[in-house]
Amino acid sequence: MSSFEATAGRGDPHPIGYNREPAHHSRTAEHAAGGVASKRIVVGYGFWIFLLSDIVMFSTLFATYAVLVGQTAGGPSGRELFDLRNTGIETACLLLSSFTCGLASIGAQAHRGSWFYAAMAATFMLGTAFIGLEVREFVGLVARGAGPTRSAFLSAFFTLVGCHGLHVTAGLLWLLTMMAQVFAKGYRADILRRVLCFSLFWHALDIVWVALFSMVYLMGAAA
Amino acid sequence: MSHSEPEIVADHADAAPGYEPPDGHDVVRALGTYLIGLGLATLLTIVSFFIARTTLVWQPSIPVALAVLAIAQMGVHLVFFLHITTGPDNVNNVMALAFGVLIVLLVITGSLWIMAHMNQNMMPMDQIMQMQR
Repeated sequence: MSSFEATAGRGDPHPIGYNREPAHHSRTAEHAAGGVASKRIVVGYGFWIFLLSDIVMFSTLFATYAVLVGQTAGGPSGRELFDLRNTGIETACLLLSSFTCGLASIGAQAHRGSWFYAAMAATFMLGTAFIGLEVREFVGLVARGAGPTRSAFLSAFFTLVGCHGLHVTAGLLWLLTMMAQVFAKGYRADILRRVLCFSLFWHALDIVWVALFSMVYLMGAAA
Repeated sequence: MSHSEPEIVADHADAAPGYEPPDGHDVVRALGTYLIGLGLATLLTIVSFFIARTTLVWQPSIPVALAVLAIAQMGVHLVFFLHITTGPDNVNNVMALAFGVLIVLLVITGSLWIMAHMNQNMMPMDQIMQMQR
C-alpha cells in the first residue's frame, strides 16, 4: 500500500521511456531509470497504437474479401476485371509518394523550407494521381455493370479498396493542412510532432496497399 | 531552434516510430536509409508483378510466392520507412506491433478457417431453395 501511495498523484508510475530528464530521477527511480519520455516519443507511440488499430480494422475487411472472393454470383471474377498495368502505375505512385514523404520529414527535421515544401508537393501530386487512377478504375467497373451491387465478391472488393482510397484522400487533406501549418507557424515542436504523425500515417497506408495489390489484384489475376 | 525539444542525449533512450535524428550530417544517413528502402521495395514489387503473370513456375506456387514477397515488402517498409528496429529504444513499438500482428493473423486465419468449414458442411444451394418452398 505504501508503494502505491508513494506513486499515486505523481503521474504515471510506469512511464514509457527511461534515461530521460534527470530532474525527475528521484520521483520515478523505483519504476524507471530516468523519468518520463519526451512528448515526441509519447506522441509517436500513441499514434503508432492508432495505426495498428487501423491495420486491425483493415484486416477485418481483408478477411471479408478473402471469404467472399469466390462468390461472384455468375458475374465477372477478378481475373476478367483487373487491369494489372493500372495497378502497377498506382503502386509506383504510392511507393514513390512514400519516399517523397520520407524526404519531407527529413526536410522538416532539418528545418529546410524549400526541401520540405517540394517533397510535400511531390507527395501530394503522386497521391492525387493514385486517387485519380483508382476513381477511373471504379467508374470503369461500374460502367461495365460490375458495380458493388453485382455480387458479394464485388461488394467486398469495393469496400476494401474504397476504404483504402478514403484513407488516402483523408491523408491528402492532412498533407495540405500540414503544409499550411508549417507555412503559418514555422517548425515549432508541436508542428513537427504533427508532421511525424502524418508521415507515419502515409507510410502505414503504403503498407496496407502492399497487402492490397498482392492479395486482391495479383492473386485475383493469377488465380 | 530555441523552441525545439531537448535532443536525445543517451543513445539508448526510447525512439518514436518514424523518428530520425535531427539535422547536420545525419541528414545524409537518413536519406540513404530511405533510398535503400525505396530500392528494396521497388525490387520486391517488380518481382511480385512478374511472378503474377509468368508461366515459368508451377502455377499453384504463385499465391504462396506472392504472400511471401508481400510480407517481405511490408518488413522493408517497417524497417526503412517507419524505422521500427530491434534496438533497445524500440521495445515498446515492437511489442505493440507484435500484438497487432497477432490480432491480424487471428482475424484473417480464423475467418477463413471457420467460413471454409461452414461452407463445406452446407447443403447445396438448390436443395436449400427446395426446402424453403
